[in-house]
Order: sequence, then C-alpha cells, then structure tokens
Amino acid sequence: MTPLLEVTGLEVVYRGRPPVRAVDGIDLTVGAGEVLGLVGESGCGKSTVARAVCGLVPPAAGTVTFEGSPVAPLGLRRRPVELTRIQMVFQDPYGSLHPRRPVGAQIADGGRTAVRRGAEASEPGWWLERVGLDRGAARRYPHEFSGGKRQRIAIARALAARPDLLIGDEPISALDASTQAIVAALMRDLAVESGAGLLFISHDLTVVRLIADRLAVMYRGRIVESGPADTIWEDPQHPYTRALLAAVPLPDGSGTMPEPPVDGVEFPLEAVLR
Amino acid sequence: MTALRISGLRLRIGEAEILRGVDLDLEAGRIQGLAGESGSGKTMTGLAVMGLLPTRARVGGTITFGDRDLLALTPRQRNDLRGTDIAMVFQDPSTSLHPMLSVGAQLTDHLRHHLRLDKASARARAVELLERVRIPDPAGALRRFPHQFSGGQRQRVAIAIALACSPSVLIADEPTTALDVTVQAGVLHLLRDLAREMGLAVLLVTHDLGVMSAVADQVAVMRDGEVVENGERHQVFTAPAHPYTASLLASLPGAAGGVRTLDDVRALEES
Repeated sequence: MTPLLEVTGLEVVYRGRPPVRAVDGIDLTVGAGEVLGLVGESGCGKSTVARAVCGLVPPAAGTVTFEGSPVAPLGLRRRPVELTRIQMVFQDPYGSLHPRRPVGAQIADGGRTAVRRGAEASEPGWWLERVGLDRGAARRYPHEFSGGKRQRIAIARALAARPDLLIGDEPISALDASTQAIVAALMRDLAVESGAGLLFISHDLTVVRLIADRLAVMYRGRIVESGPADTIWEDPQHPYTRALLAAVPLPDGSGTMPEPPVDGVEFPLEAVLR
Repeated sequence: MTALRISGLRLRIGEAEILRGVDLDLEAGRIQGLAGESGSGKTMTGLAVMGLLPTRARVGGTITFGDRDLLALTPRQRNDLRGTDIAMVFQDPSTSLHPMLSVGAQLTDHLRHHLRLDKASARARAVELLERVRIPDPAGALRRFPHQFSGGQRQRVAIAIALACSPSVLIADEPTTALDVTVQAGVLHLLRDLAREMGLAVLLVTHDLGVMSAVADQVAVMRDGEVVENGERHQVFTAPAHPYTASLLASLPGAAGGVRTLDDVRALEES
C-alpha cells in the first residue's frame, strides 16, 4: 500500500549568506489513519518540514508526494483544489483566526472548500460540537474565546475542509498546560476517526508520545531516530534523543533536576531507525 | 529569614480585579514558585514587587522589604531599590536585552549608576559576573551584542545583569519558557545554584509545573488573583490540598496522578 504522504530525501535551503540548510535530507511517511509525531528543538527544521509538505516552501532536493502525486509549491494563485485535502493547524490561534469574522463563517470557509471537491455540505455548528464547543459559538468572534477554545475552533476549521492529511505545527505550545494534552488528544481522535493521517509537530515530548503512533526525532535538519512512540520514549537509542528526554523536567514533585547536555557537545547525525 | 513579605496584595486596573489579596513570603536562599494558568495574576504579583505596574493600576495591601513598605515609597525611593536590592529576569531575553547596546554596556550601566563604580572596576565586575553565569570568553563577550549569543546564553546574560548589584530578591518571570528544554536544564541549574550560594530569595513565576518541580522549594498556586494553595514542593505535588491544584496536576503527563495514556486524556475531556 502506498502511504498517504511520502517524503523522500527532502532538502530545504533558505537563501542568505551563508545559505541555511534547514532540512538536510529527510525521509518520512504518514499513512491514512496514522499519527506521526515529529519532535525536536527550535531551529531543527521541523516547521520547515511542515511548510514543505503543504507546498509553502519549495524543496531544494527530494520529493514530497501526496497520494502518489507530487505536491506543487504554492504560487500566488489559489491552490489546486486537490491540495486542499492537506490542512494545517498553526501554533498561535490568536494569529491564525481572522479577528473580525465570526468563527462560524471561518469554519464555513473550510466546509465550502470540501464542497468544491465534491464532498457533502456541512454546518459550522456541527463542527463546533465535534470539537467540544456549543453550536451557539458560531456567531461569536475569536477574541471572545480562551486560547484553548480558539485552537479548538482552528481545528474545527481545518477539519471542515475534510482533509486527508492534517498537519499541526506546534498546535499546543501556545496553550495553558492543563489544556495541552486534551487538545492534542482531540486532534488525534478527530483526524483518525475521519480516516485522515496526522503529522503532529511539537517540541513537547511528554504530550506527543501520548497521541502519536510513531515518533521521528529531528536534530539539525535530519531525522536522528524514528520508530514506535512508546519504544522511543521508554528506550531511546540515539544520544540526542537520550539527551532530549533527560532534559525534560517532570512535574512529580521530587525536585529532580533535569540533566543539561554537556556544553558544546555535538551529537552524531547517523540515524537510528526502528 | 524572610527577605520580603507580600500581604493582602490587591490590584485593580479599571474595572478588572487582578489580585484579590495575595500573601507570600520570600525566604533568603530559597526559591518560591508561583504557578498558575495565564491570566491568574502571577506576573502582576511579580511586577507589583518590582514596582513596574501599569500607571492606571490601583494597589492595596503591603509588600514589606526590610522595615519598609514598598507600596508606600516615592518613585525615587523605588528607583533606588529596583535593580540593586530587588532585581528581575524576564521571559524573553531577545526582547528584554537592548539589541543595539553591547553586553558590556548593559552590564555596567546600572553598576556605575547604583554603586558609583568607576569604568575599570565596573568592567572587572562584569567579567566576573559573566564568568559566574558561565558565558565562554567573558572578557570578549563584553564587546559583543545580544544577537551574537544563543538563546540560552542571552538568558544567562540577562541573569548576570539582574545579579550585578548583588540583590537580595530576584523575581524570575518565566525565565526558561522561551528556551529549548536542553538549554532550559542548564539555566535551571544556574538559578538554583545562585539562590543557594548567594542567599537569594527567588520568586519563580512559571506556568510550567515541570520546571516548578525541579527547582522550587515552596510552591504557591494562583487562580483568579488568589493564592489557592501554598506549601512545600513535595506536598503540593504529591498531596495537593486544593482541588484546583489536583485538577491541574491531573491534566499533566508525568505528574503523580497525571494522565498516563491516551484514554486518561480522553476521560479528562469527557469530565
């Protein structure tokens, strides 16, 4: 079976002096109904991967194929209707929602996109209920909601377009800690239920490992370790993954200090694949 | 020894009641954590201690430092304390540091103003401070600008600036939130060591209970402008007295009684 999304040998280079090789040859796949967690620290290239997958940045080398056909870089015109089957949820729901349109209208945009592809029409209220909000919320504006609820609205808008691939680029990092796990689980469940694949990008391993089937750990533009989420969490093999896990402070009240990696140490870039 | 005592601190901005009677004691050499969700008033509590509240704010209660009530001081008296006896580290070092001034200038400015040091001794003190926060090549670092440092190094510089005049109270507002976890770990070690060695009383404001659990000695939890619980770290995390604290912990992976599986998270959403 061909996977829904297949990325092979992807390289992305940002122009500049010197040019920045943000993504340096990565391979990944996401199947239908599968959740891939892509984790790494700032600057490792994880967001660039998300942007390349939906055509927002052109690859310097390698290919991104979605259901067997290549994802064309996005031009100035409206994107091909086929590619609206890839939808994205961004980090900051304060920025990603239009401040002066009622949320119902914004969700309806997603619904219309799906209709253009021949899907059934749907009501914004129905989507709001699916993400755990009231139907009545459709008439209200983004500023009337808390951060967690706004992110639920952004998820509703993305899902209303009935995507086959949903991408979340740090969708929980702007939220209060108590709602992070809940929103992440909601995203997973709704994506999987509709048969879509989910590429969930985050720096927060403690949450990602709960909702992802597989994990890929990025470091300096490469994937250094990938495999089943539980296996990596319990038994990390790559030195970088180990350092990353050791640095996460757990809220267990024990006063255990997280271990910082030794100053200036560079981790090997050879991948451990499982 | 109590370095600073906040009692019955109330704060209104316009019609909004931000703080409704906050009581906290900061002890020398100890880190007092202040946790809470966004909008709970934890940052405002820190800013009230620093005297950096918005002009429209109306404050009540007392903040006792030594034998003085900070809230009753004139702006000039406040200025003498701010940066010398009470210092602050902010969340994002890329905005709290001046982008166009060298690290040396930012590190010696207040030293010369408050302690009346001459140029050479201020410089010597600055090198010593950068060494203390483990910036490589401290003497060379003085000539460099904030953008030439990594995020973690920038926050170390901000900490060095805060510590320059040997304060006895340090307010750290989300000092590691903008940093990567591997970098955060180093900065947390630094904060804890400084508190111990210099006898600093630290108010650590953070929403990250993992960070709290690692470095705070005492943990207070805020909600809607009130401290709902304040206790010794281990007790607050393992046997929270207030239902709100318990519910916060229950939603976190990795906490005692926190979510462990996807099904646990789903059960939270249902409830």
